[in-house]
Amino acid sequence: MQYLEGRKYVVQALFLVVALVFGARLFYIQVLDGSYKLAADRNTLQRIVQVPYRGLIYDRNGQLLVQNTPVYDLMVVPREVKQLDTARFCQLLQLPLEEVRAGLKTARTYSRVKASPLVQNLSTPELAAIQDNLIDFPGFSIKARMARSYKTENMAHALGYVGAITPAFLEKPKYAKYLPGDNLGITGLESFYESTMMGRRGVQYRMVNVRGIEKGAFRNGEFDTLSIAGQDLHTSIDIELQKYGEMLMQGKRGSIVALDPKTGEILALVSAPMYEPSILTGKGMGNRYMELLNNPERPLFNRPLMATYPPGSVFKMVNELVALQMGVVTPETGFDCNWKLVRCTHRHEAPRNVTLAIKNSCNPYFYQVMRASVLRGRSTNKFEDARLGLAEWRRQVMSFGVGDKLGVDMASEKKGLIPSPEFYDKAYGYHRWGYKTVYSLSIGQGEIGITGLQMANIMAIIANRGYYYTPHFVRGIGQGGPLPQFTQRHVTTVDPKYFESVVPGMQAVVDGRGGTGNFASLAQFGISVAGKTGTVQNPHGEDHATFAAFAPAEDPKIAIAVFIENAGFGGTSAAPLASLMIEKYLRGKVVRKNWEYWLQGSADKFIRRR
Amino acid sequence: MALPARYSRSIDWVTVLIYALMVGLGWLNVYAASYSPEAPAGGLFSGLSFQELMAFNWFKQILWIGTAVVLIVILVVIDYKAYDTFAFVLYGSMIALLIITPFIARPIAGSRSWLELGPIRLQPAEFAKFITALAVSRYMAGINLRQQNFRDQMVLAGLTLLPPLLIVAANETGQALVFGAFLLAYFREGMSPLILIILAAAGAILILALLVPKLWLVGAFTAILLIVFAVNTKVLRHHLPLALAVWGVVIGMVFGVDFFFNNVLQDHQRKRIEVLINPSADPLGVGWNVTQSKIAIGSGGLVGKGFLQGTQTKFDFVPEQSTDFIFCTVGEEWGWVGTTVVIILFMALLARVLYVAERQKSVFGRTYGYCVASIIFFHFAINVGMTIGLAPVVGIPLPLFSYGGSSLWSFTTLLFILLAIDAYRKQDLVR
Repeated sequence: MQYLEGRKYVVQALFLVVALVFGARLFYIQVLDGSYKLAADRNTLQRIVQVPYRGLIYDRNGQLLVQNTPVYDLMVVPREVKQLDTARFCQLLQLPLEEVRAGLKTARTYSRVKASPLVQNLSTPELAAIQDNLIDFPGFSIKARMARSYKTENMAHALGYVGAITPAFLEKPKYAKYLPGDNLGITGLESFYESTMMGRRGVQYRMVNVRGIEKGAFRNGEFDTLSIAGQDLHTSIDIELQKYGEMLMQGKRGSIVALDPKTGEILALVSAPMYEPSILTGKGMGNRYMELLNNPERPLFNRPLMATYPPGSVFKMVNELVALQMGVVTPETGFDCNWKLVRCTHRHEAPRNVTLAIKNSCNPYFYQVMRASVLRGRSTNKFEDARLGLAEWRRQVMSFGVGDKLGVDMASEKKGLIPSPEFYDKAYGYHRWGYKTVYSLSIGQGEIGITGLQMANIMAIIANRGYYYTPHFVRGIGQGGPLPQFTQRHVTTVDPKYFESVVPGMQAVVDGRGGTGNFASLAQFGISVAGKTGTVQNPHGEDHATFAAFAPAEDPKIAIAVFIENAGFGGTSAAPLASLMIEKYLRGKVVRKNWEYWLQGSADKFIRRR
Repeated sequence: MALPARYSRSIDWVTVLIYALMVGLGWLNVYAASYSPEAPAGGLFSGLSFQELMAFNWFKQILWIGTAVVLIVILVVIDYKAYDTFAFVLYGSMIALLIITPFIARPIAGSRSWLELGPIRLQPAEFAKFITALAVSRYMAGINLRQQNFRDQMVLAGLTLLPPLLIVAANETGQALVFGAFLLAYFREGMSPLILIILAAAGAILILALLVPKLWLVGAFTAILLIVFAVNTKVLRHHLPLALAVWGVVIGMVFGVDFFFNNVLQDHQRKRIEVLINPSADPLGVGWNVTQSKIAIGSGGLVGKGFLQGTQTKFDFVPEQSTDFIFCTVGEEWGWVGTTVVIILFMALLARVLYVAERQKSVFGRTYGYCVASIIFFHFAINVGMTIGLAPVVGIPLPLFSYGGSSLWSFTTLLFILLAIDAYRKQDLVR
């Protein structure tokens, strides 16, 4: 029997092996593998995010434009749904059976015990219709939350819209704090001022048991934060003017930008065609967005900031101012209206000085002004001379806030283009182009491109006699002022004393006998408008009509640029439209109803059929 | 009958100390598992009435421990010879009780195995363990297992298998499996190791058949046989029929697994094995227990979340947390340090029991000692194994830790009968 004693070691070894296996396995899952800790937190920790009240948006007179109103989500806890009378339920919700079934299935997949939304964005009347009957359907409940609603039918492009965050956004570090399903501003002011308007989210960590029942705060709320409401935006938009501008632009394509030249505040920003901001809210928003996106008229395109056109004759003032600064011309300089250089707009009196030249929008005159600015004899090589001259000319032109982003408080702004010598080198070859190649810049045609906002800003610069504030929509954030960069004065390279010499010409355009912009005159109200018409050659169709102006000429309160696509000569459409806007803004009302009548409808009517 | 001074010296105080430590730590964890942060049961001094306190497992466990102390005194005071003498009488009574239990018990959690005596619920299957251990030890003392007397072996097998069969009939499969532990004791007393090897091999083949594609398994096994034959052609000549028979049995088992799995096992048993292989197979059903138990233990980290700080257990993610899954509370609140201490305690207890068993002069005492060690080891291995996903979910408690009177009493009895026998070992010169 003695040899059997050795078997005790077999038994001991078995015990020991099992103990070691357990010890090692426990060491692995408890110490080495961190995933179980996360799983335990996922089990019990519920993160409740308190979405703060989003900041409101006001116009310059304190009129509320954008607010928050409650919308309701119908929530379902799948486990609590008992004997659902689907027919009655669908009838109540006005939803097809398949949709309800699919929604319930999604909810079940998410969680059987946690509430998930079945129908989102119910309005108050929709809620009222179902709320009383909801008691018959256990497992369903209503959750209120705040959504954007609009007190205005206008300025959709500037306001932008708020929508659910997309997966692509969620991956960006900037949006690290957002969760799927969160809302944020997607375009316009809603997007630019997202961080100020959204406020700060509050987060509460709660512990829940296996049935999802709350068991109190995690570590006595040590990690909880309170939500802080978003800040309101006080915009500089005059909603009445905005509304009026949109009415005038009905049926056309184009833009209106009106600025307060003294501050750079944007008074109105019209992009036509437009849409109502409320379209991009609530139930069915996704479908309506797709409709707007696929509309061939491109209503979502924010033209005053994104569409760049050659400025046409409006640019002649910039050309003149740069030449004055260079000292190559004086206000008294006269040039021939020489049609051999470039075709003029029409037969007119001799441009003996700059005022007459501007009044008649004389193309050969400004051809010669720019030639004098560019060809300065810096080099004996005439090509090199043009290159050096254009570079200097461009530098001074760009100080008028063109050819680069102005820095308006909206993300979608385009740069435009003031072509550089390198640009032409690329197109024609080094020393293969001279002034004759680029002369159309002198009359604002050709490769040059500027936005409606830049055009209005040029008017503000002339109105201010040489400086501007970056145009902006928001003059006050919460209790404070605008962003600091909007209180900084920018000056051009042109001495203020030269600006006075272009203003009489611009007044003559409007009020002078035979001026191209006579339709813009507000002389009957004692308001002197300084403006300039433009007709932008358009290789794709009818010319575009522009008119840019400021008023009153002596103490400007408004600078405006109007752009109407395919409306031909600027004097017949853009000029009267701009003057109505000026009248509306300066006088608060419009009495010239005949002009309103004339401007209604599509752009075709302004084209003179030959 | 009175306890002589000599007696207290001869009792094995080391075992008693380990026992007391385990019961004490067990109670702490039962308290933690039944503790609720929003309705703290405030301990004994919360002013709750006896009736109210009886709603808490930790309080009932105090009563169980108290009665267990009384039980210990009785067990060691009884003349040690009684266990030997009355072993078969006890066995007979127990068999009778097991037979009638399903007829008089109310069904609880799918099995009719609990007898209710007023407020106390007892599970006869728990007591079947030590009684069967006594009976087989008694029988073993009279035979010689090595001499391969077929009749003796069959009687022994019958004595061992009758209780588990009756327990399976009452639908308590987990408790029945425990009787497999007796094989270890028989092995120590001279049972052919071939039985253990064949059983282990069969288990391995069954598990492999579930994990590995069957044709691979057949191929690998055939290849091993062919290599053996190629190396030693003599084996082929002498043992060809045996080799072919073994080959046939193995192939039969591999392909019979599906039949066994789908037709023999009950639905919940099948799922428990499926979950062992793939815990994510049924995450909200059977897999839930395993997953949540692993999360509880795994989230404890090195030193645990602290006493009463376990979230998995506090918020009811782990089921049966004060009984079968009490090890989760240890793992979550005391971390790896705690689980290691528990494992070391079990190893210390088992080592001590084996030591005590080996110093017995009688076959009865030694066999009984090995039965005690085997039963405790089996519970420990299966219970801890299931909480960390190494063993299928089988409803058996962790000895001395899990909440429950039957379990505590049964293991106390099991252990202290051994100590009682041990205390008198020097007088026992007869056998």
